[in-house]
Amino acid sequence: MSSATETMKKEKPAGKETAKAPQGRVKPQTSISGSVAVMEALIAEGVTDFFGYPGGAIMPIYDALYDYMDTLNHILVRHEQGGIHAAQGYARTSGKVGVVFATSGPGATNLVTGLADAQIDSTPLVCITGQVFAHLLGTDAFQETDVINITTPVTKWNFQVTEASEIPTALAKAFYIAKTGRPGPVLIDITKNAQVQKFDYKGYTPCNHVRSYRPKPIVRKEYIQAAAELINKAEKPFVLLGQGVILGKAEKEFKTFIEKAGIPAAWTVLGLSALETDHPLNVGMLGMHGNYGPNVLTNECDVLIAVGMRFDDRVTGRLDKYAKQAKVIHLDIDPAEIDKNVQTTVPVWGDCKETLPMLTALVEKKEHPEWLNKFRKMQVEEEDVVITDELHPKGEIMSMGEVLNILNELTKGDAVIVTDVGQHQMVSCRYAKFNKTRSNVTSGGLGTMGFALPAAIGAKFGAKDRQVVAIIGDGGFQMTLQELGTIMQFDVNVKIIILNNQFLGMVRQWQQLFHDKRYSFVNITSPDFVMVAKGYGIAGKSISKREDLKSALQEMLNHKGSYLLEVMVGKENNVFPMVPQGCGVAEIRLK
Amino acid sequence: MCFAVVGGIKIKISNQVIKAMKHEFTITVYTENHIGLLNRIAIIFSRRKINIESLNTSPSEVEGIHRFTIVINEVEDVVKKLVRQIEKQVEVLKAYYNSNDEIVWQELALYKVSTDKVITDVKVERLLRQYGARAVVIRKDYTVFETSGHREEIDKLTEVLGPLGLIEFVRSARVAIINASNGFYEKLKEFEEEKPGDEIVENEFLDKQDEVFSM
Repeated sequence: MSSATETMKKEKPAGKETAKAPQGRVKPQTSISGSVAVMEALIAEGVTDFFGYPGGAIMPIYDALYDYMDTLNHILVRHEQGGIHAAQGYARTSGKVGVVFATSGPGATNLVTGLADAQIDSTPLVCITGQVFAHLLGTDAFQETDVINITTPVTKWNFQVTEASEIPTALAKAFYIAKTGRPGPVLIDITKNAQVQKFDYKGYTPCNHVRSYRPKPIVRKEYIQAAAELINKAEKPFVLLGQGVILGKAEKEFKTFIEKAGIPAAWTVLGLSALETDHPLNVGMLGMHGNYGPNVLTNECDVLIAVGMRFDDRVTGRLDKYAKQAKVIHLDIDPAEIDKNVQTTVPVWGDCKETLPMLTALVEKKEHPEWLNKFRKMQVEEEDVVITDELHPKGEIMSMGEVLNILNELTKGDAVIVTDVGQHQMVSCRYAKFNKTRSNVTSGGLGTMGFALPAAIGAKFGAKDRQVVAIIGDGGFQMTLQELGTIMQFDVNVKIIILNNQFLGMVRQWQQLFHDKRYSFVNITSPDFVMVAKGYGIAGKSISKREDLKSALQEMLNHKGSYLLEVMVGKENNVFPMVPQGCGVAEIRLK
Repeated sequence: MCFAVVGGIKIKISNQVIKAMKHEFTITVYTENHIGLLNRIAIIFSRRKINIESLNTSPSEVEGIHRFTIVINEVEDVVKKLVRQIEKQVEVLKAYYNSNDEIVWQELALYKVSTDKVITDVKVERLLRQYGARAVVIRKDYTVFETSGHREEIDKLTEVLGPLGLIEFVRSARVAIINASNGFYEKLKEFEEEKPGDEIVENEFLDKQDEVFSM
């Protein structure tokens, strides 16, 4: 190890301009250890900030990192789950691949929740785990787990490295697979012997082709034509906007398309912020706690155009009552998504960055004022029954919605909003205002409580010049609050709002509505959050009166550095509208 | 498939009924040779609680390319989705599914019978002859026969040999050749040249454009 390090130091400037790919410090043809090869790969892939936690089986890699601390910014988290959620938050705001290190055994198993979350929400990640020496595999060695097999169902691809010389190609393939096509998490498990072993380094070549892997299906023109024909004939077309538009960096193409065709668009929870909230064609959110109009009118539109979304059950409600009258056009990069849940009339396979402009070229310039008006009318109805009360409650007790309302007023919609899972998440998704894409970070598919705090840390590193506000419930916060330590140590400027209703609110809401108010284990007590924050050197405040809300939020936003604001909100408030489980989208309840 | 019914609508319904029934399907998967891929493919079935009736891995007509042959009993719609999930795996090149009338298939079985029984019991000899069994090994105390064929035939012989002193029995997984396939060479070239071929995507709606586009 040491001789390689010396060589590296001597030859520091060399290698940078030698190849197409940015090379690190090591000149090709040098003998280096597998661990140094890992560092070189990270530099070549343009990794700047990443997360991790050391341990026995990954020590050689951390030892190599010691010499790279000036170029690679490693953030030490407090738990591997926090590490991977931070990497997810980073990937979401930056659009780059999130990277996380963990040791073998418990270190690796602690990644599993984050892997599952990233897999279902298509987040590009490369996770590097240490593993016991190759000769100990299968012997129940100390901190040995079968990480490859544990993580197989929750990774897009995984691979175990047992020879140092495999490291450059394995990592090149990992980054390529993670970020191309439908993105997803990749895990590389490196045995300790491969980390210390020396090999002849041949430089780093990024991967741009894997024989058996087709990231993008071919675009078929006749399908685009068929889709355009349907859209041109449609009288009540409706667009569903999913995260695919953000992942495909096709926000502009999307906007041009809906503006030309004059089609109202509603977003999924993960599609949030791909279009500005105030866009005249943005009619709100789909799904169980989405807006009234988009849900009801799904069952009235004649052509439904789904872009980069996967018809999750939380969006569709009962499938046999979902958009049965509509012809469905489905744009997706993943062929397995077409016809998976909803039978497609015209499938448009491909990257929406390519297919949307093709479609835009073929659709007629149109407006559908009457149809759009229907959405607006239902919006007014929803405002009367739900929204006005939520944003401007008459009672003394504060609501979650009014916190969001004032926050919008102060941030003007420029902040990155990170949310956890539960009532506060649905309220935030419903009411947070977005001007800019990649401003919404939440655990959508997996619904991982405890996601927000670590994800906010990553989101901040991924968007250093932006205000990052994490909105978390009192339950979810207690699942990963150890990451306050990371915020403290690395001076991460995130603002934390805890919307405290002293309940596990979403479960309580279901128990109230569907289980005769039998409140089974939803009554959760909390520590003094402000005191906890103080223990970590983080400023904070707790408020329970409306007159303090605006000034407290302003103080939080103005504060230099991280800040925790606890807002006591109504204990038994419910999130409405709601499509009860097992009901069709048109059966949405306003109260 | 069902011609007995008269009238467009009725045919449609009967086809739907057929489609809603579980059938035996053979899934053929061309893959890279990668450790862990077997598990990746297997869990696609187990995650959905679908039983694999038979699974075989072997080399294919192309050097370095592996071929999985998987038999399941399922509704066609489910099989279609499973095949797409299989094809989504990074190391999978291509996956096909076929009903039994679209393939030629065989299974192999070995039977160990007491040699004494074969010599003394005429019935045993007659059965083995009838089912086209070939002797693989003949020892003083036992004889091993093999047969190949469809599962029903093999199972039948096992059933009748059972009471006549069958000592040991084993049957292999199904191997199948797709009638309409021209082999994988050409397809592989597309993959290697990064030029995805003009795949025919079956879509029941696009096949009936007039119906769909007259709104």
